[in-house]
Amino acid sequence: MKQVVALQLDYRDLAWTGLMYGLTLAAFAVLLWPLFTVFSNGLQVLSWEFLFTRPTDAGRSGGIAPILVSTLAIVLTSLAAALPLAFGAAVMLTEGFDPEGWAARVLRCSLDILGGIPSVVFGLFGLSFFCRQLDLGYSILAGGLTLACMILPTLARSMAFSLESAASAHRVGGTALGLSRQSVLWHVLVPVALPGICAGIVLALTRALAETAVLLFTSGYSDRMPESLLDSGRSISVHIYDLSTNVPGGNSNAYGSAVALLLLLAVLSFSVHIITRWMQRSMTGTTTRSH
Amino acid sequence: MSDGHSSTVLERPASDASCANSLAGGYIEIENLSVSYDNCTVVERVSLRVQRNSVTALIGPSGCGKSSLLYCLNRLNDLVPCCSVAGSVNFSWMDAKLLGKNATQLRRQVGMLFQRPNPFPFSIRKNLEFALKQHGIKARTEISNRIECALREVGLWEEVHDRLDSSAMALSGGQQQRLCLARALVLDPDVLLMDEPCSALDPISTEKIETLIRGLSKRRTIVLVTHSLSQARRVADQVAVFWKVDGVGKLIECGKATDVFDRPQHPLTQTYLKFA
Repeated sequence: MKQVVALQLDYRDLAWTGLMYGLTLAAFAVLLWPLFTVFSNGLQVLSWEFLFTRPTDAGRSGGIAPILVSTLAIVLTSLAAALPLAFGAAVMLTEGFDPEGWAARVLRCSLDILGGIPSVVFGLFGLSFFCRQLDLGYSILAGGLTLACMILPTLARSMAFSLESAASAHRVGGTALGLSRQSVLWHVLVPVALPGICAGIVLALTRALAETAVLLFTSGYSDRMPESLLDSGRSISVHIYDLSTNVPGGNSNAYGSAVALLLLLAVLSFSVHIITRWMQRSMTGTTTRSH
Repeated sequence: MSDGHSSTVLERPASDASCANSLAGGYIEIENLSVSYDNCTVVERVSLRVQRNSVTALIGPSGCGKSSLLYCLNRLNDLVPCCSVAGSVNFSWMDAKLLGKNATQLRRQVGMLFQRPNPFPFSIRKNLEFALKQHGIKARTEISNRIECALREVGLWEEVHDRLDSSAMALSGGQQQRLCLARALVLDPDVLLMDEPCSALDPISTEKIETLIRGLSKRRTIVLVTHSLSQARRVADQVAVFWKVDGVGKLIECGKATDVFDRPQHPLTQTYLKFA
């Protein structure tokens, strides 16, 4: 006997679906609105000349060349200092200590607490320790090292998470082949965890690029072209902050700098992605994409 | 030979040096082996003699300690912090002094195949050459020869020889498991441990692996954990039946496969084998 199933509209289901679509659109709008504002106000300022000339008239006119150089120097210093420490901490968390032992718990807890500390506190620490006690003064080096302390927890935790997620099957498989723990770590787990590790680096890079409070205290305001890591240098986020709060008539260059910051972030993220892919291909010996 | 952590208890008494590398005779002697996790014993006082160059199947219901026992044979249980082992394992034809001290040397001689295919997410070639390089074999021609031999031995060469630099993850489940077998074979181990190697495979791939097991057992000792009684009947020369008695895994019967399947002695084995 043929059954006829009447199609009935489920209004509750329809309402929930509509709500989900609405919330998704709202989330998109919240994300896109600031981007739209920055790009619509800043694109007209952005030009090669803006990127490659010095700021003049307290930043109201001219470009941001020394600012970009200082920013890159600060960020690269912080990554160079934080990466080895973070990797070491991540390896100890996943391979060195018993995951349930007290040492791993203390380290995890310390990283979590450090990760939750407001950046201004790191700024004060950097001012007192790097600038004054180590006598580095207001410098790119002091700023970079303070930033390194700030991004260390994020980096270490994301690296540890990536190494933990590299399936235990690979760990056991490597050990069953008679490989030492070091070989399993370097030749199996690190290549497998590489995309996650690099995602953590991008995250840390984003935090470092966006940081203002730490650098106000440690690397200073100077908008001259830095000649060494011991020179004071103004990062781009500090430059945007300064132009929009302390310099009347600096808004248009502030927006231009914000667009440059977003583009710099995109370029750096893309570069890390490309380097990751290249490294993973050479480490895993593949010439075609894995499925 | 006493209790304690696995890394220290699996002492191997000195073996007869004249037996080394001989294809004739030999056995793996497991004596009074007990395995505990956090003081909870999972398998107790197992004594078993595994004949060399044959297939020994460990069968029994889940949770009776077959896999735990298997992992003791290449000391993979060293990776589990809360695991402790008592008893001894002796490979009669191997240099006991060397193996007793060096787990990596032992694992080179005792390869392993796992329940689920676990190739590294590397290229097919790198999956095989990687272990060779780590064990000090650097000559390109030797590496290429060994890779080809291992892939031919598992019947994978014809299927993959033109895409050795493609990712191993692009292979089918059965191919991946054969690649893992080739990865173990490329080191030319004397013993192969297999932990339910066909449980994640389709019947055609299972048949291929079973044919390989039979072929490999001519010059290698294979210890196989399986839940498939029909598989044990098809491939095993000897069978050891495990059962959980009072919450602890014990060996209740062992012998030639035909004897155990056709004339089981223990009442529990008789009941269990009704499912075969």
